[in-house]
Amino acid sequence: MNTSSNDTPQSAGVRDPGYRSSATQPFYWSVWRELWENRAIYVAPLIVAVVVLFGFLVSTAGLPERRQTVLLLEPGKARAAIEMPYNAAAMMLIFTAFIVGVFYCLDALHSERRDRSILFWKSLPVSDLTTVLSKASIPLVILPLVTFAIIVATQVVMLLWTSVLLMTHGMSPASTWTNVPFLQGCLILLYGFVAIALWHAPIYGWALLVSGWARRATFLWAVLPLLGIGFFEKITFGTWHFASMLKNRLLGFAPHAFAFNAHSIDCPQLTPLKYLSTSGLWVGLIFAAVFVAAAVWQRRYRGPI
Amino acid sequence: MATIEARGLRKTFGTTIALNGIDLRVEEGRILGLVGPNGAGKTTALNAILGLTPYQGELKVLGRDPWNERNELMRDVSFIADVAVLPRWVRVTQLLDYVAGVHPRFDRAKAEAFLAKTTIKPTSKVRELSKGMVAQLHLALVMAIDARLLVLDEPTLGLDILYRKQFYDSLLNDYFDHSRTIVVTTHQVEEVQDVLTDLMFINRGRIVLQCSMEEFDSRYVEVMVNPEHVAAARALKPLHERPVFGRSVLLFDHVDRNQLAALGEVRRPSIADLFVAVMSNNAAQPQPPPVPSETYGASKGAN
Repeated sequence: MNTSSNDTPQSAGVRDPGYRSSATQPFYWSVWRELWENRAIYVAPLIVAVVVLFGFLVSTAGLPERRQTVLLLEPGKARAAIEMPYNAAAMMLIFTAFIVGVFYCLDALHSERRDRSILFWKSLPVSDLTTVLSKASIPLVILPLVTFAIIVATQVVMLLWTSVLLMTHGMSPASTWTNVPFLQGCLILLYGFVAIALWHAPIYGWALLVSGWARRATFLWAVLPLLGIGFFEKITFGTWHFASMLKNRLLGFAPHAFAFNAHSIDCPQLTPLKYLSTSGLWVGLIFAAVFVAAAVWQRRYRGPI
Repeated sequence: MATIEARGLRKTFGTTIALNGIDLRVEEGRILGLVGPNGAGKTTALNAILGLTPYQGELKVLGRDPWNERNELMRDVSFIADVAVLPRWVRVTQLLDYVAGVHPRFDRAKAEAFLAKTTIKPTSKVRELSKGMVAQLHLALVMAIDARLLVLDEPTLGLDILYRKQFYDSLLNDYFDHSRTIVVTTHQVEEVQDVLTDLMFINRGRIVLQCSMEEFDSRYVEVMVNPEHVAAARALKPLHERPVFGRSVLLFDHVDRNQLAALGEVRRPSIADLFVAVMSNNAAQPQPPPVPSETYGASKGAN
């Protein structure tokens, strides 16, 4: 009947019987939409980064003297000591991204129903699939990328600050730069973000599903049933299988995706093949796909609450 | 092809019947006013037309099945489902970016030109705008979309008279042409009387009156009857009678105007008068239990 959006190039101002059409990018703009609404996606990691940097700044008082002591240790221990604050900063930001991602998902399909704006979004030619996938892409793609960039920037500031501090005390900054493998660290970080996002995908999918379903208290609806099952199992059978499964879903990526040194968590070996052959990864991804598909299906029936 | 065509359209929520087998045909280029009391099924009917709720029976909008072809349909259909559904956090420019980015038939320049005539600033957030300005903003977006069907559900509820008047003036002068179709529900029927081309009353999930406005003008006559002629007037079987300042005003359907002119002062009834007449007659007849409230999909709060 009418020309589809791809048939006619943009012909501004000309009104023809076939109706004006222009190329659209519903997914791209839906992701922007999420960023406009949820500024916590980048503000929260930025605030944590500033706090981390401030803490680091304070902790570097007396660094030159301490560095001299540290360098007397055996190389492995010296390296671990010098690297420590960089890893701590990265972990705090990764943890922040997880918290932001979970709370984002718990609100993503709820806020549009709460403020009735779902009636506006549904008046536009954007499918439920596009909408839900754009929301799922926030914790799975956007947040990891944003957090990665912020971690790298934070670590660069830390490195530069340490170098300047050491040089003003007549020391060489080389002890920092050789012991903090910056580029290698970036690669590990990127790999880590992919591994974590895939492992946590069912958590985000579940949160999205609950946010589209619950009328209120999405956090409680998402968490209490799981705790209930765990306690029920403990009381009835005296076991903690379900609880340990949940714990594995939170942290279980680490032993599969990485091989750690015997004495420290620094500079782990990457084990992507082992990770990809972990059944927990694939079972989790199947659950994630089911939860997201259910969230898409469910949004068709949803209106304001 | 009719813009909207429904046969036996039916929708139930549990044991309550929201739509009880509606037959409906809206041709291209018409402006249909859907009028009914609260809980009559208006919003349910619109939701079915917009593919927001599943239904039983046959329904085609622009030749498509709204529930199963919703994504395709929404390129040709616009709607304002309620006042104040624009998200409060969004900036005017972001809203324009978004709609331009997702809607193949949106003309951004047109929307901006319309907004330039208002006091809305492009950098404002929706939460900083008054209710009337939010309605103007939504109208600016909708008018810049080259849609074939526009559905308006109480688009001016809660706005002051100036905004309401301006809303319909803009719609008629800058938007409507005979290749478009508009369906509007409103409780402020006086204001749309001269806007509509067709009228439909709906009550308890059924259509109780359906006519074009030409038909309305030729069929219905209101007479302020002189006291001495009241008995004669009543003999002509008026639809409705109401007292106004001690005199009787009778509403007639299909009665010769010259005959009525002899009884008193003849005038054009308002839609509101006809509505009251039809609804009170309708209520007198035995009916199934009323639908308590208009319900949206599986879940909707109070209207």
